[in-house]
Amino acid sequence: MDSFFQNIVNALQWGSFYALIALGYSMVYGILMLFNFAHGDIFMVGAYLGFFVAAGLLSLATMGILAIPNWLVLLLTVLIAMALNSIVGVLVERIGYRPLRDAPRASAAITGLMIGIILETGNLAILGAQRLSFPSLIETQTYTIGGVAVTNKKIMIVAVALFLMLVLHLFITRTKWGMAMRAMAYDFAIIPLMGVPINRIAALTFGLGSALAAAAGVLYGVAYPILDPYMGILIGWKAFVAAILGGRGSILGAAFAGFLLGFIEIFTATIFPSTFRDLIAYSIILVILTFRPHGLFGEAYSARLRL
Amino acid sequence: MAVKTDSFTAPTKRRLATFWQPYTRVAMLSWLTGALVAAILEQLVGRPLAFMLGLGKVPVLFGLVIILKAPLLIPGVIVYVLLIYILPIGLIARLTTKLGNKLAAELLRYPMLVSTVVHLVLLYATLQIWGNINDYRNLVLRLTLISVLITLSLNVINGYMGEFSCSHPGFLALGAYGASAVTVSLFVNDNLFGPAVFTGNWGWIIFPFSLILGGIIAAIGSLVVAIPSFRTRGDYLAIISLAFTFIIKSFIENLEFVGGPRGLSSQPDWANLPTVFIWVVVGVWVINNFVRSTMGKALNAVRDDEIAADAMTVNTRRTKMVAFMFSAFWAGVGGGLFAHVLRYVNPSTFGIQKLAEVLAMVYFGGLNSVYGSIVGAVGFNLLSEALRPLEIFKWIIIPVLLILIMIFRPTGLVAFKEFDVHQIIAPKE
Repeated sequence: MDSFFQNIVNALQWGSFYALIALGYSMVYGILMLFNFAHGDIFMVGAYLGFFVAAGLLSLATMGILAIPNWLVLLLTVLIAMALNSIVGVLVERIGYRPLRDAPRASAAITGLMIGIILETGNLAILGAQRLSFPSLIETQTYTIGGVAVTNKKIMIVAVALFLMLVLHLFITRTKWGMAMRAMAYDFAIIPLMGVPINRIAALTFGLGSALAAAAGVLYGVAYPILDPYMGILIGWKAFVAAILGGRGSILGAAFAGFLLGFIEIFTATIFPSTFRDLIAYSIILVILTFRPHGLFGEAYSARLRL
Repeated sequence: MAVKTDSFTAPTKRRLATFWQPYTRVAMLSWLTGALVAAILEQLVGRPLAFMLGLGKVPVLFGLVIILKAPLLIPGVIVYVLLIYILPIGLIARLTTKLGNKLAAELLRYPMLVSTVVHLVLLYATLQIWGNINDYRNLVLRLTLISVLITLSLNVINGYMGEFSCSHPGFLALGAYGASAVTVSLFVNDNLFGPAVFTGNWGWIIFPFSLILGGIIAAIGSLVVAIPSFRTRGDYLAIISLAFTFIIKSFIENLEFVGGPRGLSSQPDWANLPTVFIWVVVGVWVINNFVRSTMGKALNAVRDDEIAADAMTVNTRRTKMVAFMFSAFWAGVGGGLFAHVLRYVNPSTFGIQKLAEVLAMVYFGGLNSVYGSIVGAVGFNLLSEALRPLEIFKWIIIPVLLILIMIFRPTGLVAFKEFDVHQIIAPKE
């Protein structure tokens, strides 16, 4: 029974990454009706940006210029990496997707794949093939609550992820920009006539999604401190699956399905041999999508889709 | 600005058009004869000529590989390509224009099959002689031919039926492992399947059967994607097909009797150039007939408007199922050939990277078009070989090129063009 609760804790942490990344996919889908296949690699870029920001801040601290405690360094790292990565996301939208706004959606999908490859290879070309190890900013403390070992890192990761999702939710439901985003998701054709600047909203959406991906990247670096240029591929595709599973364009669904995917993966790995993890996890998803083809929270297929 | 460029290019364009004008009347027969002569010429004088030009050895792929490795050799390469390829082909095409057209017309009096076979024999002879120069060229040639088949089979789903299927690596894996399991278990002494069951030269009869078996396994596997596609399409189908790829990869990794994650090696060396050529030609022929049949038109109808197609008595479920199984079958055959050319496969060969590669070939060449698949596969492979000396930067240049193609020609280079064999082999005047 202890291991059951232990796995719940692990699944919550693992699901936080999926959920944060899946939100980026889902938001872009809701607004522009295309999947940003470069998103997994934007997550990777976010992790690297976080690495450089953290390393820079730490070296400033050791030189005595900036005397701040490590937890503040981590907080600043998350915030700065989010800001920088949102610029990356806006650039990707401007260069890769805006010229293709009226093209068939498959073309945009190919462009996204190719931008992802460019980001990976660019990283490899600039930084070389060695793996970077993320500086450990906070010391691991383990609390044992009723036989379940919980580290402070895990608590922090889940808390930060939930907090960011709450902020995103408030932003989308309570602000004027959020209202514009929802309006655009509702009807892409009419909304520009109402004076909503669609290009700026699209850029904002990519920026927000990339910022969340950067947060996920930094948190990932805290939990698993080895960075390599291809780290975003598999986690990105899996988050994409989560975004679809939740129902395309559904923010709540993406967050929920992210955690669900985390749970499915962790629990299949505990029940079956760990090599069966992908096999069983994806078979479950296949069955879910066969019987609920529009995802858990999505609307049914409509003629509105342009492909 | 527009006026200026126009006035600048107009005379050049006109001059080019007048230069090219006689060549538009050259029949395919003459072109192929020219290519054959060029290949023979290279076989005879290629080595000394390359030596004289300071190239050291015969440029493998029209000098594309040398260009980036040693830029100083570019003039030599240009002279070589001119002397060996362009001049002989141009000269023969020009000289035999009349004769070629007359012969092509003569051949068409018999059933079309005769003329087609004559053209194919010429093409095969050219490729065989051209590929004889060294092993590297031979390998690239075989892999390119297989890519044509794989690209075309994906085009059936993504181009003709308009779905965005990501399941092709899975089909390739099924075909590759299905065919390899048969050939390796029956004919090779290895530590997975034990000693060979048959000794002796039975490859020519067993190999086709093992390829077909691989294709059938892939076709059965495709039902996993085809049946959900009845109720959904677009993004959800993309996800289902992607999940399928992950599942197959993971499944094979857990299948110990074919080697698990270590892969399966020492396939018998049966996928030589003639075998690959015959399979690819048969595949292209069958797929081309399929997409031009009523079934192919039904695919297009499903793509353009599924509800309208259903109203017009197209059986959409049957159409989707047949298209998926058909496409998967040929992908499986392609995978089997691929495994026997490389003589080693492992599950991670058929992952996301392969998917990006296959999709890139389809969208680079053009949707809904056999020409497009040929152009895409050949172009992508040549480009990929030519940029090899750049190592890592290759994977920056190819994506940038593809993005540019997507921006300026969103459906690919040669999209929506019918591949009409009669038109190709007919006399041109």
